[in-house]
Parts: sequence; structure tokens; C-alpha cells
Amino acid sequence: MLALDDMLKLNNVQLDAIKEVGNIGAGNAATALSKLIKTRVEMSVPDIMILPFSRITATIGGPDAHVTAIFYTIKGQAPGTLLFLIPIIDARKIADVLLNKDISHDQVSFDEMDCSALTELGNIMAGSFLNALNMFTSIHFEPTVPALCIDMVGAILGSVLTNLGMVSDYVLFIKTEFKYQGNHALGNLYFLPEAEALQVILKSLGVNN
Amino acid sequence: MNKTCLNVEIAEYKAAKNPTELVTIGLGSCVGICLYDPVARVGGLAHVMLPDSTQARSSNNKGKFVDTAIPALIADMSKLGADRSRLVAKIVGGAEMFSFTNASDFMRIGKRNVEATLAALKAEKIPIIAQDTGKNYGRSIRFCTDNGQLYIKSIAHGEKIM
Repeated sequence: MLALDDMLKLNNVQLDAIKEVGNIGAGNAATALSKLIKTRVEMSVPDIMILPFSRITATIGGPDAHVTAIFYTIKGQAPGTLLFLIPIIDARKIADVLLNKDISHDQVSFDEMDCSALTELGNIMAGSFLNALNMFTSIHFEPTVPALCIDMVGAILGSVLTNLGMVSDYVLFIKTEFKYQGNHALGNLYFLPEAEALQVILKSLGVNN
Repeated sequence: MNKTCLNVEIAEYKAAKNPTELVTIGLGSCVGICLYDPVARVGGLAHVMLPDSTQARSSNNKGKFVDTAIPALIADMSKLGADRSRLVAKIVGGAEMFSFTNASDFMRIGKRNVEATLAALKAEKIPIIAQDTGKNYGRSIRFCTDNGQLYIKSIAHGEKIM
């Protein structure tokens, strides 16, 4: 078994390899999103960060930021978590685009159809992200059913990080930002592989030493 | 008196003496454990993530688990003059943020955190004088060390004091 908090000892080649994995996954997700909302989707170069739990919420926009979160636990040989966070106002707009509604809401609320549409968006993101990773690494990733939650980032992360908290004091995450129609935020995708998964991924790329 | 505020992040615990206030933002399935000595006017707040350090592969961070955070918090409060025989507790959080159709044990983490907190406080013989736990929404809290009052805020359910 890998000694934990070995993620702190990753070298630059390994960090670049993990970033590239994130890049390939996110690129595929952007293409899928673009087809779904029939508009051009842009993505940032992925950022890779290794942080103790106490620093995570501040990095993800502050613990009281109001967001829509769609999250997947990944099982199989490379366990981890995939989390898609959309600021609440942007999530409202995206739900309107997906459901062909008039964008005229004066308050931010979500009915069952909105939640279902946003979950479907998350499914397409997660599916295309993990498919690309699978093509690139030959690793089989098994996502669980999606879960959607609308609340404060801090409150959501506590639940999302449960699995990672059991095995590590640090979290490694790869963050990619998505935008559409120029500068509208489409949300941020976070891929959080467990330390065990990092080893499996690095090995598949031949940079595990 | 000039009030300062100590922010307690996820998996952290902090003790403070009047007039310093303790704040933690965004308790979901996590539990905010607030301990108070009304005589010394010393308060402590732990933002715990998980119920049990003995089940974990990595447990160096005491603030992450119910069973390790409570003794560590009491020790820090004692250093500020609190007497453990006078401590009372208020607990907040332990919500189930995501609803699943086939909820496994892991998914019920909020409930498990609350159960572990109740058991650990009972073992320490600290009475729980107020509790706002469960449900399905996030809470932020501000704990006043001058009188032990706890302000609880959430997005959809406003503010309350206990």
C-alpha cells in the first residue's frame, strides 16, 4: 500500500502528466458541452493543486459561495471524485438555455426540471471526461450515480470529501474552468483522484518512478 | 469592547477567550462542536468531517475526526483557563447534503457524525444544551464567548439563535 501523503512528493514530470490527463478529459467534456448547448465552449488550461483540507474551500471560491454542485464518486482501479461546480446565477442561466426557457427570472430558484437538466449536463461532462481518460490511460473508471446539491460550497465539500478524508490529509485536485458565449461562466470541473489512483494513472503513463 | 473573530476551517479546531468570537462557515455533513465554560468565558469550536479516526488510513490531523478533535479542543480550552467540569456543548450540522436512492453508509455521513459526537460528549460527561442537526441544508455559525450564544445561518432557512 502506498504511504499516504505521498502526493506531496510528486515531481514536475508527474505533475505535468496528471495535468495533461485533466486537459484531455476536460477537452472532451468541452466538446460535448458545446454540442449540448449549441454554442462555442471554451476551457482554461487545467490547474493542479495539492492542499490540506483546511485550505480547500477558500481556494474554491470561499465557503459561503452559493453554488450548484453535481458530483460523482469514481470506483474501480483508480478511485476518486469528480465535482462540477456552477455559481448559482450561472446555473440558473444554463438551466434556461438547456430547457429553452425565457431568461427572465428575477429570483434564483430551481424546480425539478431545472435540477434534472443540470444533472444531465453533469452526466455529459462526467461521461466525456472519463471516456477521454479511459482512451488515454486504458484505465476503467466507474462513476456512481450523480448527486446534485444547491447550497454553500463549504457545506457541500464536507460530504464530497468524505472518501478522500479517510485516506489522506491532503487533496490533490485538477481544476478546469469552462466558459461559453465569450465570457459567461459555465462552471468549474474538479477531478480529485485518491493517492492510490494517482499511482495507477502515473503507472499507465510510464512516469510512476 | 473590541470583538475579534477566529475563523475555523474544515477539519480545524480552535479555542478562544471572551471577547473573541469563533466562526465556521458552511457546515454540511460536517458537525460544528461548540464547547463553553460560562465561568471562565472560554469557548471552543471544532469543525469535524468524519466520525472515527480508527477507521481511517490517515489520521494525523486531529481536527478531522470527532474522536480526536474533542479531547484536543478540551486541552486547548484548559490552557485558556477553562475547567472541563463546567463545560457545556452545543452542536450544529450533520446534514445529508445529497439525496441518493440507494444511500449507503458512506452517504449517511452527516448522521454518523452526529451519532459519534453525541457518544463522544457523553463519554466526556459534557452535557449538550442545544442541538440543531440533520436535515438537508448547510449552516454557518458564530459562537460568542461572552455568553455562549450561538448564531446559526443558512441560505434557505434564515437565522436563529440558540
